[in-house]
Amino acid sequence: MAERRMIWLGLALLLLCGGFLAWHLRAPYGFILELRAAKLGALICVGAATGTATILFQTVAMNRLLTPEIVGFDSLFVLLQTLLVMLLGGVGLAQVPGALRFALETCLLMGAAALLFGGLLRSVSGDVTRLILTGVILGLLLRGMAEMLQRLLEPSDFAVVQQAMFATFGRVDEAQLAVSAVILCLALLASLRMAPALDVAGLGRDTARGLGLRHDRVVLVALMLAAALISVSTALVGPITFLGLLAASLARQLTDTHRHAILLPSAAIIGALILVAGQFVFERLLQRQSALSVVVELFGGLLFLFLVLRKGPR
Amino acid sequence: MIETRALAYRAGQTDILHGIDLTIPRGGITALIGPNGAGKSSLLHCVSGLNQPSEGSVTIDGLDPYAASSRERARTVALLQQSPTVVSRLKVAELVGFGRWPHHRGRPTTEDNDKTRAALAAFALDDLADRSLETLSGGQRQRAFIAMAYAQDTPWMLLDEPLNALDPRHARDLMARLHGLSRGEQGRSIVIVLHDINAAAGWADRIVAMKDGRVFAHEESAALLTPETLREVFDTPFQVLRHEGRPVVVAR
Amino acid sequence: MTRLLIAAALAGLIGLSLGIGAASLFEGDGGWLLLVSRLPRTLAALLAGAGLALAGVVVQLVVQNRLVEPSLTGTPESAMLGMLAVTLIAPGAAIALKMGVAAAAGLVGMAGFLALAARVPRADPMLLPIVGMIYAAIIGAVCTWIAWATDLMQFLGAWRLGEFSGVMQGRYEWLWGIAALAVVLYVLADRITLLGLGAAQARSLGLDYGQTRVLGLVIVAAITALVMVTVGNFPFVGLVAPNLVSRWKGDNLRANLPLIALGGGALVLGADVIGRIVRYPFEIPAATIFSVFGAAVFLWLLNARPGRRAHG
Repeated sequence: MAERRMIWLGLALLLLCGGFLAWHLRAPYGFILELRAAKLGALICVGAATGTATILFQTVAMNRLLTPEIVGFDSLFVLLQTLLVMLLGGVGLAQVPGALRFALETCLLMGAAALLFGGLLRSVSGDVTRLILTGVILGLLLRGMAEMLQRLLEPSDFAVVQQAMFATFGRVDEAQLAVSAVILCLALLASLRMAPALDVAGLGRDTARGLGLRHDRVVLVALMLAAALISVSTALVGPITFLGLLAASLARQLTDTHRHAILLPSAAIIGALILVAGQFVFERLLQRQSALSVVVELFGGLLFLFLVLRKGPR
Repeated sequence: MIETRALAYRAGQTDILHGIDLTIPRGGITALIGPNGAGKSSLLHCVSGLNQPSEGSVTIDGLDPYAASSRERARTVALLQQSPTVVSRLKVAELVGFGRWPHHRGRPTTEDNDKTRAALAAFALDDLADRSLETLSGGQRQRAFIAMAYAQDTPWMLLDEPLNALDPRHARDLMARLHGLSRGEQGRSIVIVLHDINAAAGWADRIVAMKDGRVFAHEESAALLTPETLREVFDTPFQVLRHEGRPVVVAR
Repeated sequence: MTRLLIAAALAGLIGLSLGIGAASLFEGDGGWLLLVSRLPRTLAALLAGAGLALAGVVVQLVVQNRLVEPSLTGTPESAMLGMLAVTLIAPGAAIALKMGVAAAAGLVGMAGFLALAARVPRADPMLLPIVGMIYAAIIGAVCTWIAWATDLMQFLGAWRLGEFSGVMQGRYEWLWGIAALAVVLYVLADRITLLGLGAAQARSLGLDYGQTRVLGLVIVAAITALVMVTVGNFPFVGLVAPNLVSRWKGDNLRANLPLIALGGGALVLGADVIGRIVRYPFEIPAATIFSVFGAAVFLWLLNARPGRRAHG
C-alpha cells in the first residue's frame, strides 16, 4: 500500500521532470536542454536532500515539528564556511579546488552538527516544547553569529563566502552540482541502510535501548547524515526554512507508515516535487523568478502553526 | 537469577540508589513496592542495562548487561518503561512486532511473525492488531506495550508500573495474564513495580520493599505484609486484614 | 553601591558612543559633529532600547508569558506591512501619517496574535513564543512577497535590520515619542501589573481589564512602529531587558520600570558601540550584534529555569 503510493509519487516526479525539460522547447535545443537539466538537477538535489534530512532529524529528535533548518544546520554551515575563510583567508581558500573544499566543509559540518545537536537532543530530551524552543533559538543564534562573522571579514573575503553561499537556481555551478549529487546519493543509500534501526529509534530512547538498539550511535549517525544532506542543499541554493517540514509532513501523511524504508525516499521525492513543480509554475507559467522560496516559507509556516495548534508540540 | 552487589546509582549530584544487594530467583512474579522516589524505576533501569550503575555490579542469569552486547542483553531482559510514548504512527501489530527486533535486526522471519502473533493473542489484542496506537484507550495501549515486551521472548520481563491508568477490571485482568505467563517450566520471570499494595499481595510470589534508594525488606509476600513493615516503608499507618486466607491491606 | 556602578557604566557607554567615529572630535568642527551626529545617535540608541524593553514588559504581562516580546507577536512585521501599504498607496504621505498607519497595522497584527494565543494551551509557557515566532515569520513572508513584487525590498531591508549609522539631527526626533509613552506607562504601572494576574483576577480587583489591555497594547504598537520606522527592528530587546531585571530585582513594576527602560537603552547602546568598535572604521549593525547576545540570553533563560522534571 505505502509502497504503491511511493511509486506513484516517483512517477509523478518523473512526469513533471519531463514536462520541465520539454515545455515550450525552442532552438537551440541542446543548449536550452543543458541549461534546464542543470537547473532541474539542482532542484531535485535540494528537494531530495532537504526531505531526507528532515525525516532523519525528526526521527532522532522524536519530534515532528523540528527540522534541521529550523534548528540552524544551515546557519552552522554558513558559520563554518565563514570561519574557514577567516582562518585561511579568502585568497588561500579560493585556490583549493571547489570539490575538495566542499567535501571538507561538509565533513566539518557533520562533525559540528553531531557534537552540537547530539548534545542538545541529549540534554533536553523528554521536554518537547523546551527542545523545540531551544532548537529554534539556537538556530537564530547560529544565524546571528554567521551574519556577524561575515561582517567581520575583509570585503574581498566576504565576496568569496557570498559567492559560495548565495547561488540560486538561476545559475548552477555544474561542478558543485556533481559533487552534491554524489554526496546526496551516498547519504541516501546510507540512510536507507539504517532504515530498520531508525524504525526502532522512533520508539523513543529507552524503549529502543531496551530492544537492544545502540541508540546513541544511531542518533549520531543520523545527525551526521542530515548534516551532509543539509550542506548539499545550503551550498546549492541557500536556506529554504520550511521546505523540509512540508516535505516530511506530506510524506508521513501520504504514505501513512512508520517505516523509514518508505518514508525516507517518499520525503525525498516530495521535496523534489515541491521544488520542481513550484519552479515550473512560477517560472514558466507565471514568469516570476524568485517567488518560489517565499511561497514555500509561507505555506510551511502556516503548516507549522496548524500542527502546533491542532496536535500539540509533538 | 538477578543479582546485584553493592549497586549504587547517581544521577547528576543526587544519589538515587545506595549499595543495593538483592537476589531475585527465577520464576514467578516479584513485586517492587515503595513510596514515590524510593528508586524503584532506577533499579529496574540499572538491572535492565539502560543506566550504568556508578558502583557495584548487576548480573542477570550470570550475564553482565553492561559487558554483554546490546543484542544479547535485549534477548535476556525486556523492560517496559513507565508511560511509554511513541512519536511514530504505528499500528498495534507493528508495535508488538518491534519486540522481535533483537532477534531479527530488521529482517523478520516467519518465526518472528509467529511470535508476534502469539504475543498479540496472549494479551487479547488480535482484534486490535490493525488499529493505530493513537486510537486506543489507555488500557489497550498499555497492553500493547506489554505485549511488545512479551514478544521480545526474554526469560526476564521488568515492568515499571504497568497498572498505571488502568481501571480495576483491566488491572485485575492484566495481573491475571501476567500470573499465567509466569507459571510453569517455560514461564517468564517477572519483576513488576506496583503502587497498589493489594495487587502485590494478591499476585506476587515475592515482594521487595524499597525506601530512600535502599532495599528495605525482601520476603515472601505474606511475611512482608505486616502493619509494622508497611508503616516503616510508607511512613503512614496500615491495617492488614485477612480475607479468604489472603492479606488485604488498608491504609488508615 | 550597585546604583553607582550602573550609573558609571552607563556614563562610560555614553562617553564611548560620543567619542567613537570615523572622524575625530578634536579636529575641526568637533562640537558640530557631536551635536549633529554623535549625540543624536547615542540618544536614538538609548530611546529605542528603552522603548522596546518597556514594550516587552507590557506584552509579557498581557499574555502572561515571560518568554514573549513584541517581535514574537508579529507586531514589527505587521507594522512593516502597514508601511509597505502606505508607501504603495500614498507615497507622498506625511511621515506622521505613515507612522500612524504602521502603528495601527502593528496593533491589528498583535490582535491577531492574541486571538491565536487564546487557542494555545496555557500549561506550557514555551509553546507561545514558538507560535509567535512562526506567526511573525508568516507575516514577514507576506511582506517579502509584496516588497519583491513592487520593488521595495530595499525599504524592507532597512526596516528589518536595526542600525544607527544613518541617525543624525533631524532624522531621529520621532523617537522622543517613546519618552512620552514611557511616562504614560509609568503612570499606569500598577494597572499594567494587575494585567499580569489574568482577566478574572484583575477584574475582581476592580480593574477595567479590557480597557487597560487595549491601552497597553496601543502603547506597545506605537513604540514598535516608532522604532521600526526610524532605526529598524531589534529582536530580543523586549525579552532580554525585562527578564534580566526581573531575575535580579523581582517583579515590582513601578520600581522596576525605570530600570528596565535604562537596561534596554544601555543594552542597545552597548550593541551599537561594539558594532562600531570591532571592525573599525566599518560598522556592524547594532541589531546583528544584539541578535547574537539576545539569542544567547534567551537560551540561558530557557535552560537556567527551574522545573526540569526529576527522574523517578
